[in-house]
Amino acid sequence: MNPKNSILLDHGSGGIASQELISGLFLKHLDNAVLASLEDSAVLDNHPGKLAFSTDSYVVDPIFFPGGDIGTLAVHGTINDLAMRGARPLCLSLALILEEGLDLDDLERVIVSIGTACKESGVPIVTGDTKVVPRGKADKIFINTSGIGIIAEKVNISSTMARAGDVIILSGSMADHGITIMTRRAGISLDGDLASDSASLHELVALLLDGLPPGSLHTLRDPTRGGVATSLNEIAAAARLMAEIEETAIPVHKGVRAACEIMGLDPLYLANEGKCLVIVAPEQAEETLSLMRSTSVGKESAIIGSLKTGTAGQVVLRTGIGGSRIITPLHGEPLPRIC
Amino acid sequence: MKYLDEFRDQDLAKPLLKELRHSVTRPLRVMEVCGTHTMAIFRNGLRSLLPDGLELISGPGCPVCVTSASHIDAILDMAERPQVRIALFGDLFRVPGSSGLSLAHASSHGAKVDIVYSPMDSLELAKKHPQELVIFLGVGFETTTPGIAATIMAAQNSGVDNFAVFSTHKVMPPPLISLLNDPELQIDGLLCPGHVSTIIGARAYQPLVEKYNLACVVAGFEPADILQALIMLARQVSQGEARVENAYTRAVSWEGNERAQQMVNKIFEPVDMEWRGLGTIPLSGLAIRESCCHFDAEKRLDIKLIPAAEPPGCRCGEILKGKERPPQCPLFGSRCTPGNPVGPCMVSSEGTCAAFYKYG
Repeated sequence: MNPKNSILLDHGSGGIASQELISGLFLKHLDNAVLASLEDSAVLDNHPGKLAFSTDSYVVDPIFFPGGDIGTLAVHGTINDLAMRGARPLCLSLALILEEGLDLDDLERVIVSIGTACKESGVPIVTGDTKVVPRGKADKIFINTSGIGIIAEKVNISSTMARAGDVIILSGSMADHGITIMTRRAGISLDGDLASDSASLHELVALLLDGLPPGSLHTLRDPTRGGVATSLNEIAAAARLMAEIEETAIPVHKGVRAACEIMGLDPLYLANEGKCLVIVAPEQAEETLSLMRSTSVGKESAIIGSLKTGTAGQVVLRTGIGGSRIITPLHGEPLPRIC
Repeated sequence: MKYLDEFRDQDLAKPLLKELRHSVTRPLRVMEVCGTHTMAIFRNGLRSLLPDGLELISGPGCPVCVTSASHIDAILDMAERPQVRIALFGDLFRVPGSSGLSLAHASSHGAKVDIVYSPMDSLELAKKHPQELVIFLGVGFETTTPGIAATIMAAQNSGVDNFAVFSTHKVMPPPLISLLNDPELQIDGLLCPGHVSTIIGARAYQPLVEKYNLACVVAGFEPADILQALIMLARQVSQGEARVENAYTRAVSWEGNERAQQMVNKIFEPVDMEWRGLGTIPLSGLAIRESCCHFDAEKRLDIKLIPAAEPPGCRCGEILKGKERPPQCPLFGSRCTPGNPVGPCMVSSEGTCAAFYKYG
């Protein structure tokens, strides 16, 4: 690493070095009129509908991984949190906490990713902040993004809206992000194409809201940390229903399954960063599936189960050999097993 | 996935289940010795499919679960020393010692703790941190011991000086003998551990057959493997037979892996070992031989094991012996959960209580 090309405490001072970083790097890749005004706050036009507001912080290690980096996660993650309430994301804030000594090339790589993810998603960064902390007080780069979205007046999507009989659809294969990060952290190189699924889901959600009869789309949830298992538990608890899913119906990429077998991990509990669980009225299940499959992020969508009356809050998996097992929420970090 | 999907196939499982129902002609109690069997049974929902009259009891074969509180206390003592870095298999991270604290707590207070996936990774850590003594926590049965013996040999050959192993290794047949000597334990057969048997061979169970007239079948870990082994056990019992059979021939031989056995014997020697819940069992553990004492963390840091009481109310001992089931423990599901475990059976994902809690 070139010491002349790294973040100094000066870059967070608010003085000339900060301004150079803002104009030379951030505005170069994140340019839009609202951000470029460099005022103390962004002023947004008023839109009809309800406001959705969400925030999330990103501290992933490693910061670069196949399929994305901490920057793509920070954009997609907050967009997806807005989209899961049926919101159309309007704009994001971006707050960076940088460790003194961070390589400027690495920072630029992250900012370029953020710029690209924003352009592709059509959701701009309109306000931001940067702080630098002494070496060792943070791990390379921490990012917070907050987002504002607009929910059309008649749209009401939440876990409590799920009904008995509703069908559960997963928008594609699970555990890609979680296993990619865990194998990287462990320094395990596996043949195959493990890659994070980091992607924004708001366009898929907009397609469903436009294409389905009003009121038929009940719940959306992106199964990030804790995985599909934990998200389904949350939905079942909020809706006071039992969720029943079929092991053989849940898409898992071959390489992910193999890596999970090797590391003793259960893909149901690993994170996803570009997938959603869609809970929909049964009569609209096929139409929903076909709409989802028409998108690039949802082309591997599959019906994985349904909601039932029964033990409220319980998630039951029908196993490949026809048995059943209860799926509890995740407790603590998933740890690899001894043998 | 090749070699896995074939053995998880419903079309294969259905006729096996039918056969098993025919084979169970009287009430049958089988102990699955190995923690990975316990997990596989829960994970595949096998219990919900088994015929009435067939009861599975989880045995002492989760190596993390049987690590005693006094050993965990010693590990915490080492972790807190300056210039020491602990390397371990992941599921030992949350195992509490006698004070209720674990390596997870020690790590949060600045102890250097690394989760590794292979003992060889800890040798790499030692090379990376030459100023520190890297101590690998040797936990496990015959399946993991050869890899650790190989790591010590590699350290010897490559002249890595700042590396040591804290050995709480255990061997499989002695605890079974200890359990079988207990008149309260009524079992008809053993589902013998597949991975351990790849090393020690199916012949290791012959003395159990001869002394206790017990049906013993070595089993693999996929649902079809387990069902096939249960059928073989049920047939032996209904025909009044007791012998060693091998239902895992694609991995296990009668003799086992003699080269691995030689490596283990070169580095380790049998010693009496304390087991969580079972007490001290003669010659049930492995210590590093005097010839390799430089790599023995216990000797190098002059660690003394201090007897530690097990947590009050915890029934792990009885559960490990297969005498009680997790819901009979007053702490199960209330004070003791996978997120906040009291006893070792809840800590490891292979532990009987964790499996019960998760998969019910």
